[in-house]
Amino acid sequence: MPSLKGSIGLDIALEILPQVLLDGIVLGFMYALIALGYTMVYGVLEFINFAHSEIFVLGAFVGVEVLLLLESAGQLSTLHPAVILLLVIVTGMVISGLAAMALERIAYRPLMGGPRLVALISAIGASFFLQDGLRLFESLWRNTFYLNYPTLEFIDKNIPITAALVIPVKSLLVIITALFTLVGLHIFVNKTKMGTAIRAVAQDPDTASLMGVPVNRVIALTFFVGGALGGLAGVLFGIHYSMVNPYSGFVPGMKAFTAAVLGGIGNIPGAMVGGMLLGLLEAFAASYLSLMTDGAFGAEYKDVVAFLVLILILIFRPRGLLGETVRESKA
Amino acid sequence: MSQPLVIIGFCVYVVGSCLLAYFFPQSVLAFLLVEGSLLLLYYAPASDMAKIILGSLVLLVLLPLLGSVNAYYLEIAVQIGIFVALALGLNIVVGFVGLLNLGFVAFFAIGAYLWAIFGSPHANQFIPGGFFPLSPNWFFVFLILSIVVGALTGALLGLPVLRLRGDYLAIVTLGFAEVVRALVNNLDKPINLTNGPRGIAPIGKPPLFFKPWLEFFGLDIADGKLYSLYFYFLVLLIVFVIIVVTRRLENSRIGRAWKAIREDEIAAVAMGVPVVRMKLLGFAVGASFACAVGVLFAAKQVFINPESFTFMESIGVLAMVILGGMGSIPGAILGATGVTILNLQLLKGLSLWLNGLRQSGAVLSLPLLGDLSLANLPAQFEPAKYERMVFGLILILMMIFRPQGVLPSKQERQK
Repeated sequence: MPSLKGSIGLDIALEILPQVLLDGIVLGFMYALIALGYTMVYGVLEFINFAHSEIFVLGAFVGVEVLLLLESAGQLSTLHPAVILLLVIVTGMVISGLAAMALERIAYRPLMGGPRLVALISAIGASFFLQDGLRLFESLWRNTFYLNYPTLEFIDKNIPITAALVIPVKSLLVIITALFTLVGLHIFVNKTKMGTAIRAVAQDPDTASLMGVPVNRVIALTFFVGGALGGLAGVLFGIHYSMVNPYSGFVPGMKAFTAAVLGGIGNIPGAMVGGMLLGLLEAFAASYLSLMTDGAFGAEYKDVVAFLVLILILIFRPRGLLGETVRESKA
Repeated sequence: MSQPLVIIGFCVYVVGSCLLAYFFPQSVLAFLLVEGSLLLLYYAPASDMAKIILGSLVLLVLLPLLGSVNAYYLEIAVQIGIFVALALGLNIVVGFVGLLNLGFVAFFAIGAYLWAIFGSPHANQFIPGGFFPLSPNWFFVFLILSIVVGALTGALLGLPVLRLRGDYLAIVTLGFAEVVRALVNNLDKPINLTNGPRGIAPIGKPPLFFKPWLEFFGLDIADGKLYSLYFYFLVLLIVFVIIVVTRRLENSRIGRAWKAIREDEIAAVAMGVPVVRMKLLGFAVGASFACAVGVLFAAKQVFINPESFTFMESIGVLAMVILGGMGSIPGAILGATGVTILNLQLLKGLSLWLNGLRQSGAVLSLPLLGDLSLANLPAQFEPAKYERMVFGLILILMMIFRPQGVLPSKQERQK
């Protein structure tokens, strides 16, 4: 391990800073998208949808399947890039959203009203079941469950800015798509009737139902929206990192949950802020931990950092940075 | 039915199934029948005394005899024993105190690495002097030590997290286990404490202190066979001790305090139950069981690496507790046995059978699908690799249809 002390270390640190920031922002947007699924469901039901990480992976698998089907049909080079991307993203979002709805109907709704831990245990079971369910499906269908995304020529490029900073088009895609979605979500939740219904149920389901809000349908809708956001994150994750397996959801899922708690669970802007913070923190840990500790601890500790943040935030500030917006009566 | 008749019937069943297992050592089914005898005994309408005598006969005499014919049976029994001990430990935390611990395997890992590091030459890497591996006699010292270490780490984890509400506590324990696993995985530098993903081997086995006595009686058993019998009895002893301790705790002041906290924490505080201290105690007792079994596990495996201590193992143990019934000691035993048999024997047996079909290349003629050649079955499709699906199904189905478990505790039954 070469010694990187003093000014040389600082030079290197400054030189790679823009790249680290970019990596952190890309990660942050993905965590934010996944965290929204956790936080919205927690808002209306007060329960951790542990299987959300598998909804995310499902999105990545739908994405790769659509691309592989297009490839085998020979359409990957003939169709317009925007059409391909739109097709992949929309299919991934819709299927993930529907899967999340089905999950709620089958594994959670029968348990609502009982102790909270019962539903959490069922959600953990659903998470494990879906992991191996995906594995089973892909094993029978493709005879392997480690899938690689086909290369998309039109986004497999880099835009060089300086010697130290190249912006991959993939990163731009993630950032732009996520930004549009987050703005869209903000409008949906705050300006539309359905969004108002979601907020009403989150605030007080009993009163909301007295006011004529169909609570069960709103819960299903919340699962659909959260699942679709998770599916979008999955597709973007797949395109960005080019590979996916049924078990690749656990760690991003836990980090996104951390992000949701960091921002204050149930709090939609909080999830975005938390996701971004966690993404940046992880990118910094991955790049600078080794520099800071003189090579003793390296990038392999980036997951530990995220989990430590989770533990510390839960112990010292369980309401999160922006405050949780969960009703007190049931908590 | 009169009692002697029941006992005779049971004996006939046990002898019959043992003979089957003896003459068909390859048959999974025959051994399952033997294992089923204990379940049968549990439900048999006989006095407790008769049950204990018959049960110890099966466990202390028949199983070791079968095992000396086919060591695989003992291997299965030892695995079951390890999981029974883990499930009983988790049952204290989840079942009695009512705290969902999703990182239980971390304590198991700590125990395993405790003995692995000092019971193998590995510790020489960071403690100079060449003292290691410690002599086998130290095994028992470490077994005792692990109980202390487990209780301490359990309390250490418990101290900050116990004021969290239920679901957050579950997630923090999960995070704790992941941190422990990441540390074990990466602490091969700067100081090589755990040897990272390469794992540690060879780990010392417990001492064969009784060998001279056996030789005195003219019994000359090969070391390999002796060790598998030895581990079997050791695990049986540990499980026995754990069962006794758990039962005594359950019916004590402490056990009643735990259940009071589980049912209604606020009411428990009002009644003067020292909630935090009792929760800590629950965490510590459960963790010390897991830690002690970890030491045994390391000695039995000879080689361990972080792969054995994943989140999946934690959930597997949780599935065992929930299948049997939270808070029920017979339930935890049944759950652990059932799930382990399912994973180690049934699914593996199914995998082997499918492989056989695949290699035979037989062709099935199905009415709608046409001819289906079995040789074309995807090679990826192996039921033994789908443990997670099994655990997941157990958790969902039990929560929806029978949350009190297969063998509910007395309180649950009275509800």
